[in-house]
Amino acid sequence: MSTTWRALGEIVVAAVQVIVTGVGGLVLVGLMRKVRARVEGRVGAPILQPLRDVRKLMRKERLRPQFATWIFPLAPVVFVATVSVAAVMAPLVTSRPALGSGADLFVIVYLLLLGSTILALAGLDAGTAFGGMGSSRAVTIGALAEPALLVTILALSISAHSSNFPSIIRATFVDPGVIISPARLFALAALLIVIVAESGRLPVDNPVTHLELTMIHEAMILEYTGPDLALVTLGEAMRLALLLGVFVNLILPWGIASSMSVPALALGVVVLSAKVVAVAVVLGFVEVFLAKVRLFRLPELLAGAFVLALLGVVSGVVAK
Amino acid sequence: MTSGGLLTCGALLGLAAALVGAALPRRKRVLVTAALVIATCVVESVAAIGVLATGHPAQWHSSQLLPMTGATLALTPLGAMFVVLVALVAVPATLYWIGYARHGMSARLTASSYALFVAALLTVPAAASVATFMFLWEIMALTSLALVLTDQSRRAAARSAGVWYGVITHIGAAFILAAFLILAAHSGGQSFAALESHARALAPGARAAVFLLALVGFGSKAGVVPFHVWLPKAHPEAPSPVSALMSGAMVALGVYGIVLFGDVLLGGGPVWWWLIVLALGAVSALFGSLHAANSTDLKRLLAYSTTDNMGLALLALGASGLFVATGHHRLGALSLVAALFILMSHAMFKGALFLAAGSVQVATGRRDLDELGGLLRRMPQTGALFLIGAASICALPPFNGFVGEWLLFQSLLHGVKLGSTPGDIAIPVAVAALALTAGLTIVAFVKAAGVGFLGRPRSPGAEAAIEVPRSMRAGTGLLGAMCVVAGVAPMAILPAAERAVRATLPDVGSTPLAHGVQLQLVGVRAVLAPTVLAASLVVAVLLVAFLRQALTRRRDVRVAEAWGCGRELVTARMQYTATSFAEPVQRVFDDVLRPVRDIDVSHVAESRYVLESMSYRSRVDDRIESALYTPVITTVRRWGQFARRLQPGSVHRYLAYGLVALVITLAVVAVLG
Repeated sequence: MSTTWRALGEIVVAAVQVIVTGVGGLVLVGLMRKVRARVEGRVGAPILQPLRDVRKLMRKERLRPQFATWIFPLAPVVFVATVSVAAVMAPLVTSRPALGSGADLFVIVYLLLLGSTILALAGLDAGTAFGGMGSSRAVTIGALAEPALLVTILALSISAHSSNFPSIIRATFVDPGVIISPARLFALAALLIVIVAESGRLPVDNPVTHLELTMIHEAMILEYTGPDLALVTLGEAMRLALLLGVFVNLILPWGIASSMSVPALALGVVVLSAKVVAVAVVLGFVEVFLAKVRLFRLPELLAGAFVLALLGVVSGVVAK
Repeated sequence: MTSGGLLTCGALLGLAAALVGAALPRRKRVLVTAALVIATCVVESVAAIGVLATGHPAQWHSSQLLPMTGATLALTPLGAMFVVLVALVAVPATLYWIGYARHGMSARLTASSYALFVAALLTVPAAASVATFMFLWEIMALTSLALVLTDQSRRAAARSAGVWYGVITHIGAAFILAAFLILAAHSGGQSFAALESHARALAPGARAAVFLLALVGFGSKAGVVPFHVWLPKAHPEAPSPVSALMSGAMVALGVYGIVLFGDVLLGGGPVWWWLIVLALGAVSALFGSLHAANSTDLKRLLAYSTTDNMGLALLALGASGLFVATGHHRLGALSLVAALFILMSHAMFKGALFLAAGSVQVATGRRDLDELGGLLRRMPQTGALFLIGAASICALPPFNGFVGEWLLFQSLLHGVKLGSTPGDIAIPVAVAALALTAGLTIVAFVKAAGVGFLGRPRSPGAEAAIEVPRSMRAGTGLLGAMCVVAGVAPMAILPAAERAVRATLPDVGSTPLAHGVQLQLVGVRAVLAPTVLAASLVVAVLLVAFLRQALTRRRDVRVAEAWGCGRELVTARMQYTATSFAEPVQRVFDDVLRPVRDIDVSHVAESRYVLESMSYRSRVDDRIESALYTPVITTVRRWGQFARRLQPGSVHRYLAYGLVALVITLAVVAVLG
């Protein structure tokens, strides 16, 4: 294959991954709402409703709060852009993603951190109490989730001797026993808690609440309307899909495309969707039985995740 | 000219700048001194870059300068790294000074001390004998003390900060001197080469004593917990260009001292030395970031975050020593490169942040975040530069702080399974400390940037703020640009850091980093492509912005009032303040911080259930200061009071003392003789 073709192929792969996370993420949100509605005995909105919401929001007028600066319109763009770059790099559909050699788990985490940090700044930009409240709580939770997240990465990287995400996936193919090693299991349990915290789902934050005082993420983005809100909604959905995609590929990487051929990629998309949908249905089902935890009980939950991750590292070191 | 000649030439220029600062009339003083100081920086960094390019140290010796011993300068690649670091902060800070001077920084003493301070900072890393080092180190301490006291006639806080700084820095110097004396006593010479060649033959106990003394001495300069208490006092009170230099460059020389002793003079040590360094680093990073997250004074926040960053540098340094002590030389070299890069990027972003904070203070007359707000609209360039600095210090890609943390994380990650039990325990804990520090730093700087620069002004001073003069913006802008360049193209700095490390640590073997468009660690699968990452971020941002524009039918943006929960008239006082922003973190870390809360409630006379007024005060004190320093100070003061009783002012009493002392001395001599 010539270099031009390879570059073109990489762009196609990158586009596929971004579109899968974008569209898939919105469908995923709809699906989880549907599961919740069904378990609660309601019919619920159609699964494609979030897609329609985004389309509707795109057509609305753009509003800017009176005292806001350029941070306010920039933040949703950067938020979506960071998740997209992370989605390009992560081995979701294929184990050889574009920019894959630099697809360090550490880099992916910090890319997502860039997005959430600029949203937190935007929360303070309008000069209202709600925005400040939301961003203060969001950065606090982010700070507490950070140790669990990085130690989880450490635990995941021990067996592959690298924090490069595609390398970790490929190492799993070489030695499938790694998946049921205690190191990996502890790390995945910690990762799940962190994913729930980072994507603002129950019991950390309630994504459907509309009472200002209890909101975290929703309070932070309260001032956004129209296309800007559409971007924030899209970014959140992509983030959820990306994190769940990362999670399932660490549990069961099989089905991921290892070549750039069209059938392999198509199979990769289908298998990834099936795995993520399965996890999302379980999560959606479990959420029905959970209530939002008090903000000041969250450190205990995240400390639990941290301890799990640390156990992962310790068992990884012991098992050498 | 030889590089040794350049070195001397630079030092002479620095002296000339100090003389000019003392001699010229006020009108021309600042401009000419600043020009000479910048020339000093340029000459010294040319010499340093020469050393880094060739790897040959620059030497210079004069037996005329210092009595009895002579002065010896020898710039090694390691020292050259630090000379470049100092110059990177000093040039922008001096540029900034030109505009800042009108705000009480143009006096003769100040201008002259400033020039001497920069010259001392630039020559300390080149000192190659005990006398030269201590002489330059003292000049650095005294001139910076004079600069901290610039405002002392108007501000009592500056006076108290000066006392704290002066005392701690001199106790630190005494420790350093003690470490040097033990080494020198065993080697029969006082040049570093002599110390180095004899240090290996020293008994392990003596070596450990030297290392620990040096660690305390230099740690106090680096602002490491528990010797950090002077930082949050002295940095805020010093004029802003001086704060930038002290926090960006001077504290880094504290870390230089630890490397100098640990790796160069003593040539490495056992595992437990480095575990102490690692632990000190982790504690400092956590303590500093936690206090930064809870400070409301902008410059105090920056000072605490310096403790945090020096903690990270020590973490990397400790890991480096640990790896070298267990025989993993390449990994040790990588950690040391990470430490140098962290110090380098800290100099850039902390310099930018302190200068921007100084601009805020000039424009609004305030430093308290609870009285600021809305400054990004009023000071667009300073605000944007503060945001760049904040993003860098939060280690967000694509800025320089991110590269440093990536290097540190990678070196820790690959050191986790090396088979030494202390390392296996220490490293996951170090990663956790690094991560929590990163999270708390984000809290601190979202707060500083968001409350200080966004939203609405909280005081008339902030309301009336206007952008500062051009030279101040230029100084800050230079440092902001460095943050971006070093983040996007760290390959510009890393080879130099690597050469410095290879000259410092023996037996590194092959190079720990391969260069090119991307950063690649040799021997392990770890690649970072900062340029590609930055480019893809820019492309993605442009694409998303384009899509938002293309897909909306209505292109115009309407300005509307923010949601006030149905209330009209939302005032600036309803915004979240810095204190309220940090409140959740304060609650979570209540046991560590122990904030002091006072609530005064007064009731109306008729009923206890109806309040007349209520006041609430909350303050976060430094617990290390109150637990460790206050008792010592109280005891010393009590003894001082006791000693005053001996001095009632009566001449007869003093004559009697003289007689008693003479009798006792004679008695002692008679008994012993």
